[in-house]
Amino acid sequence: MDMSRPAQHKKAVEIKDVSKAFGNFQALKPVSFDIYENEFFTLLGPSGCGKTTLLRMIAGFEQPSTGEIALRGTNIQALPPHKRRVNTVFQSYALFPHMTLEQNIAFGLENLGWPKERRMARVADMLRLVHMEKFATRKPQQLSGGQRQRIALARALAPEPEVLLLDEPLSALDLKLRQAMRDELRTLQRQTGITFVFVTHDQEEALDMSDRICVLGDGEIQQLGTPADIYEEPSNRFVADFIGETNFLDAEVISLDGDRATVSIPLGVTLNAPQKQAAVGDRAVMSIRPEKISLPSQDGQIATEGTIIGANYLGGYTHYVVDANGTLLRVSKRNSQSRDRTLEVGQSVKLSFAAESARILGA
Amino acid sequence: MNQRPKLPGWPKLSDWNVLGLLPAHLIMLMTLIIPVGIIALVSFSTRGPYGGFDYVFTTAPYKQILFNEGWSGELEFNPQYLIVVARTVILSLATTIICLALSFPVAYFISLQKTSAKMLLIYLVTLPFWVSMIVRVYSWIIILGNDGVIAKALRALGINENMGSLLFTDTAMLIGLVYSYIPLMILPVFASIEKLDPALVEASHDLYGSRLTTLRRVILPLCRPGMAAGAILVFVPCLGAVLEPVLLGGGKTMMMGNLIQLQFGAARNWPLGAAISIVLMCAVMVFLLWRGVQAMRKEGREASA
Repeated sequence: MDMSRPAQHKKAVEIKDVSKAFGNFQALKPVSFDIYENEFFTLLGPSGCGKTTLLRMIAGFEQPSTGEIALRGTNIQALPPHKRRVNTVFQSYALFPHMTLEQNIAFGLENLGWPKERRMARVADMLRLVHMEKFATRKPQQLSGGQRQRIALARALAPEPEVLLLDEPLSALDLKLRQAMRDELRTLQRQTGITFVFVTHDQEEALDMSDRICVLGDGEIQQLGTPADIYEEPSNRFVADFIGETNFLDAEVISLDGDRATVSIPLGVTLNAPQKQAAVGDRAVMSIRPEKISLPSQDGQIATEGTIIGANYLGGYTHYVVDANGTLLRVSKRNSQSRDRTLEVGQSVKLSFAAESARILGA
Repeated sequence: MNQRPKLPGWPKLSDWNVLGLLPAHLIMLMTLIIPVGIIALVSFSTRGPYGGFDYVFTTAPYKQILFNEGWSGELEFNPQYLIVVARTVILSLATTIICLALSFPVAYFISLQKTSAKMLLIYLVTLPFWVSMIVRVYSWIIILGNDGVIAKALRALGINENMGSLLFTDTAMLIGLVYSYIPLMILPVFASIEKLDPALVEASHDLYGSRLTTLRRVILPLCRPGMAAGAILVFVPCLGAVLEPVLLGGGKTMMMGNLIQLQFGAARNWPLGAAISIVLMCAVMVFLLWRGVQAMRKEGREASA
């Protein structure tokens, strides 16, 4: 798989054959990848996929069972957390409740031995960066969730870490605030130029913010690439399923031709489409995203007929469920004209999709 | 407006409130107010010729704490009892400090264990409470005595052959006090460590805090409420301790507890014993009130900050 890289190719973090077992439980199978300088890198996966474990191993809170981690080319395996030039934004923020916000932000700088004047200037800069300068002498208990989040960011950014680790920092916020913080985080990363390693289980968040995403599942890397790569060219069924919505249709592989396959699908058609990990005679699936199905059908595409059995009007879009001779297809249709009206449940329709939009994935 | 007619029948709950609380009030009255009242009464009474007391009002017992009364009624300053008070306060403070220093690592160790091991260890800490206090303190006589384990061991090693007995010294009392009251420190300190969010410790390490920095700047400040509660739980009963000075101090060195006991017992001076009790109680109350006001002020400051 082609991993498109940011312009700068210097490695910030190198993960080499790192695995982690807790007793008999293999939390993470050996994985290897690099994170580049100045990159917004996301570890994405369902809970229990090993993403937080991986982050904690970079921070030094857990020791890998095998493998090595290097930070800017230096092996940091033997270093305790307080000697690693990385900082963490914790899921619960972990602000010190007995310290004011200033003291919280200054804590890391004091431990690094910064002189007082430089320290105070940095704290003021950080408070300004997160728009919290008016709250310097408050205690964390007096802040809202979003404000705590900002202070946790300021505290972690203050010591100018080589890499900033973020452990699901948005999960405790309400939906609206989460949207706003996404933009703020992205802006902050561009402004500071610090490498961000972001852990989340929210695929939308990951697609929105990341330069590159590493999709983890069952303790291994499922795919690593740009958001567009991962959405458009999923490397397997897990990724296609986990990222966004899709329709899976059983596919029988008739012949293979390099990265394309000819398959027959239950709609009673045979088609030739891009494939990954499929083999002749093996079970495979065809994945087609709901927004890539045309309703009504377009000429030159693979067409079928069906009955609408569900319609959800969502403003900009309407989501339909269509029963095409026993195969249920989810279709997302953009309401681009104000005269577009929701099709009725029970209505017979023609729909179609381009073979090029479908992906054949080994199951 | 829309008033409902009052239905005859059961009295309203509020009518029963006073009655419902009556048992609690009765217990408070019988076990707290009346006994303290009696002690206060005795402290202002005259000593009877054969012990006991007569209901004749006098402030003499209070004067007696600080002064000797000569034959002709002149008052002469007598620091004897003040020395006992000073020793009591110093020993209680020392006990509190030693308990704090010993309890913190113990409580921290317990909090790091798995749940089942934690329960077992906490059970073991509270286990001595099930054994009579007298037996427990008595056992220290065996350990510290002339033929005790420590003395024998030292003699066998040829160290300090003519060391005097450890028993019947201030040190012996201190050991006994620390031993008796340390569980009262471990439990609240343990509770406050348990409440500590482990993420805060990780955050401190993450922000370049060494182990020592983390202990000093994050763990200890956040455990302060538990340590303060433990300090009060240890310090206050220490002030009134009787068994340790009687058994381990051997009556040679007195604390307020056994001074009071002595007045009601062998010395047959009930009014003086009662007066010392009242002074001790008032001192403790003032101390606790002062602490309470401090805590409230601090809270107020934090809320308004």
